[in-house]
Amino acid sequence: MSTFILTESKLDPAKAVYDFKLLAGDGWMHEIKRGQTFRIVDLEGNQAVDTLFYNAHDMSDRYSAQDTIRERGGIYLTTGTKLMSSEGNVLATIVADTCGRHDTLGGACAAESNQVRYAIDKRFMHSCRDTFMLQIARWGRGVTKCDITHNINFFMNVPVTTDGKLSFADGVSAGGRYVEVRAEMDLVCLISNCPQLNNPCNAYNPTPVRLLIWN
Amino acid sequence: MTAEKILFEESLPAGGLWSWRLRRHTTLRITDIEGGANVGLMVYNADAPLDRLNLPDTLKAQYTAKLTRGHVLMSDMGHALLSITADTCGWHDPLGGHGNAAMTEKKYGIATYQEKRNDWYRNAHDNFLIELGKHGLGKRDLVANVNFFSRLDVDADGKMAFHPGNSKAGATVDLRAEMNVLVVLNTCQHPLDPNPKYAPKPVKLTILQTPPPSVDDFCRNFRSENQRSFILTERLFSGA
Repeated sequence: MSTFILTESKLDPAKAVYDFKLLAGDGWMHEIKRGQTFRIVDLEGNQAVDTLFYNAHDMSDRYSAQDTIRERGGIYLTTGTKLMSSEGNVLATIVADTCGRHDTLGGACAAESNQVRYAIDKRFMHSCRDTFMLQIARWGRGVTKCDITHNINFFMNVPVTTDGKLSFADGVSAGGRYVEVRAEMDLVCLISNCPQLNNPCNAYNPTPVRLLIWN
Repeated sequence: MTAEKILFEESLPAGGLWSWRLRRHTTLRITDIEGGANVGLMVYNADAPLDRLNLPDTLKAQYTAKLTRGHVLMSDMGHALLSITADTCGWHDPLGGHGNAAMTEKKYGIATYQEKRNDWYRNAHDNFLIELGKHGLGKRDLVANVNFFSRLDVDADGKMAFHPGNSKAGATVDLRAEMNVLVVLNTCQHPLDPNPKYAPKPVKLTILQTPPPSVDDFCRNFRSENQRSFILTERLFSGA
């Protein structure tokens, strides 16, 4: 039996200080200030949003999937989950979630991992890692591939069975569902709105998401 | 065919740290001497360390949330780094990560080097940083680590629980290098080990000369994903 607890937000999109529609296959790298609230809306449903957070003042202090699930005591992220850094700090807290479950085991797709997973000739399909690489190249400031670590997949469902198998289940999200985090320090957020066409993480149909920030 | 031959052995004390450039087609055998050991491990392409262990890629390619014989530790560039060619333990943890100084102090208290000499309380995070630094790597090069000999159980709600008694005295795991790799490891306790006492365990490290993987190699053929990872890795050495 698995349970989903959904938590709505009282924030009004009309009062957001930032409101942006990110197309499927595009990337986004942006600062979020301490105390601001950041919402990702799955506009059409079952869209994986590959997301990394960094301490804006020290990029080597960055999101850590293993530290996050260990501190939470469970592998799925939802309301109340503290997003932990590699240096043991709380980067952000999930404060609202109308999806109920988000993955952080599956990582991002990459040209090279697509070759392994699907076929050697899949190298030239667009992938999250390529989106990350372009975003950090534009961002500059010394950020390189070693800063691309294991991300969150908002709206993605990757169950683990009791005998230790990993599965990629149909999404549990739907159009209009959202997740909201409160920044516990000044952050840089890096997103790839996943372009994957080889598996059901986007229901084989990558779609746009909406990004909102409130003070 | 190269015969299997022990090149050298080392004993790594409890809470200890180690790194080694393991040559292609040599094998690192880790032995849990007393039972209940934990070995936190990260691994890099020694010739190009930006090519490094990626556990999400490793797990999703092989549809697994545990590691055992047949599985291959894969890099973020689609390469096979280490193959688990033998395993008498049966379950190694890729989920729990590693502890740091603050967690170690909160759980076990403080035992300084000044007071305890080499029995001081060490932590996995600092141990990783020390060994990574010897190879020009640092904080930004930390990746999600494997915890050999430890097991976490995950229930239907996703809750994780430490599985006591996973590894018995004498358990071994064999890791064959599929390219020249840099292995960085330490023997600190698993961060979810419920033992309230600082009680890490020692391991034996054996480096063996082993035959290259044959066409019918178990790890290569464990899944078609593994076959493709081997193809991409062998391309690195083509023409050499």
